[in-house]
Amino acid sequence: MKTSAKAKAFTNPYLAGVLLGVVLFGAYFLTGTGLGASGGMARLVAAGQDLLAPRHVDRVGHLVEMAGGEANPLDHWIVLVTLGTLLGGFLSAVLHGRLKVETQKGPRISTRTRWVMALLGGAFMGFGARMARGCTSGQALSGGAVLSVGSWAFMLAVFAGGYALAYFVRRLWT
Amino acid sequence: MAPFALVDDLGKLGAYAIYLLIGLAFGATLEVAGFANARKLANQFYLKDMTVLKVMFTGIITAMVLVFLASAAGVLAFNDIYVPPTYLWPGILGGLIMGVGFILGGFCPGTSLVAVASLKIDGLFFLLGTLFGVLVFGETVALFDEFWYSSYLGRFILPEFLGVSAGVTVLLVVLMALGAFWLAEKAENVFGRGVFDARPVSTPVRLAGAGGLAALALLVMGMGQPTPMQKWEILADDKAALLGERQVQIHPGELIQVAANHQLNLNLMDVRPERDFNLFHLLDSRRVEMEDLERGALTRELLDLPANTVTILISNDEARATRAWKMLTGEGIMNVYILEGGINGWLDLFAVNGACQGCQPKDGPAPEGELAWEFEAALGSNRPIANPDTFRDKAFFFAPKVELEVKERPAGGCG
Repeated sequence: MKTSAKAKAFTNPYLAGVLLGVVLFGAYFLTGTGLGASGGMARLVAAGQDLLAPRHVDRVGHLVEMAGGEANPLDHWIVLVTLGTLLGGFLSAVLHGRLKVETQKGPRISTRTRWVMALLGGAFMGFGARMARGCTSGQALSGGAVLSVGSWAFMLAVFAGGYALAYFVRRLWT
Repeated sequence: MAPFALVDDLGKLGAYAIYLLIGLAFGATLEVAGFANARKLANQFYLKDMTVLKVMFTGIITAMVLVFLASAAGVLAFNDIYVPPTYLWPGILGGLIMGVGFILGGFCPGTSLVAVASLKIDGLFFLLGTLFGVLVFGETVALFDEFWYSSYLGRFILPEFLGVSAGVTVLLVVLMALGAFWLAEKAENVFGRGVFDARPVSTPVRLAGAGGLAALALLVMGMGQPTPMQKWEILADDKAALLGERQVQIHPGELIQVAANHQLNLNLMDVRPERDFNLFHLLDSRRVEMEDLERGALTRELLDLPANTVTILISNDEARATRAWKMLTGEGIMNVYILEGGINGWLDLFAVNGACQGCQPKDGPAPEGELAWEFEAALGSNRPIANPDTFRDKAFFFAPKVELEVKERPAGGCG
């Protein structure tokens, strides 16, 4: 599957990697912390729960930290990074002619199957990211660059999990 | 020196604007790499398109080399940088679960954001799934929180794990990544010719990039990371006044107050030689070797102490403790103080009317750094006078100096 004629080719991965590294270094240099994505999502969920069931939030230890009492779970730097990520992705897609309503999937499955699997995969991902205290961005990438032992063990586990299952679900992608 | 206390320097709005810009650059970079495309990501696991590995590892080694280069050059305080703490087994289990999520759903949380932003429907479903997974975790973590908090190793970095210097680790990681790139190119040639087009880079440019990174890693290794004392020298312009104006030398009465304050975690560190320590030391103080401080051996442990920790350094007078204070301050440890007058001062104040039970002042003035008292036997902390609590009801007159400071240090992006 080629990208549409109008869309520009993706940047070379090594060059994109250097860019990513410079952005990550910039984050560390300016703020003392790396990048992240799942933290922003966790706070969004906590905010939703706080809106619907504030008393429940105040009783669940994990949520109290983010949204207990008067605390606004969205008043946190990671939420701004998450918003920025959305905005940056949007602007780049516009600039490169890749803003297009579509579903990317393997040739052998229906769009609906792809959606169901995306939902299911997302659920695993969300649960796993909280379990690991971070996702590919916050743990693997950011923690990896500052040589955290746990982040490297985590990164190997992500790849191991993916490769271990890949063969059995190859119908989804190939 | 970087990193900066953004909220202090720019106010909350300014700081948040910086975070927004960082996110913007992050999102744009993921998008140009092709990470909004789930098939491209998933093909990583069929060895057809190794973009994920190439981008991630290049990003990691680039940032790593820059971080340690900046630290070696003394412009970035590595100890002030957030290193995700290691909770080994929850991290590994979470990683495995995420690997499953990755191959089923085709994204990770960051890339799904970019997919949503470029209107990919599958990205939206994935994001909704992620939010659901996060919700389920928050509601169930209480059932397994013992596991979730297990195998905690704190701020544990590869150089410590491998027992080599940071520079050597940086070089090893760069070499490992370059090896992985070589394998990835081989795999793509075999399994996935031209599955997705990315702008090619000619071999000379690639080799130059690889050589450049390796050379920078060698430079990091050659420069070495600054010692605690060298880090102090960088900070000395800002912080030497604290010593000169005696802002950090606290009266024994204040030590007693801090010891009695249950909201504070008192960490008494005695930096004297073993012989003096055995003769007499304060109850619950621990002896530390100056040598260990000089090579930063206690830094990780001290950085991992709770934020309400007050560290008080004790020597015979103030000379050694002052030297230790400089090194701990250089290492970025917060709330470190010096016992005014040291052990000699403590005894001068309290060992009156035979309260010492076994010690007396030496004849004549003691040379700098030496005990000014002599002891019948090694008393250790085995006398009421060694226990700060003995004097908690005594009235003292001193200007209080201990002020609990917390560094503006944003914890990781995933908390």
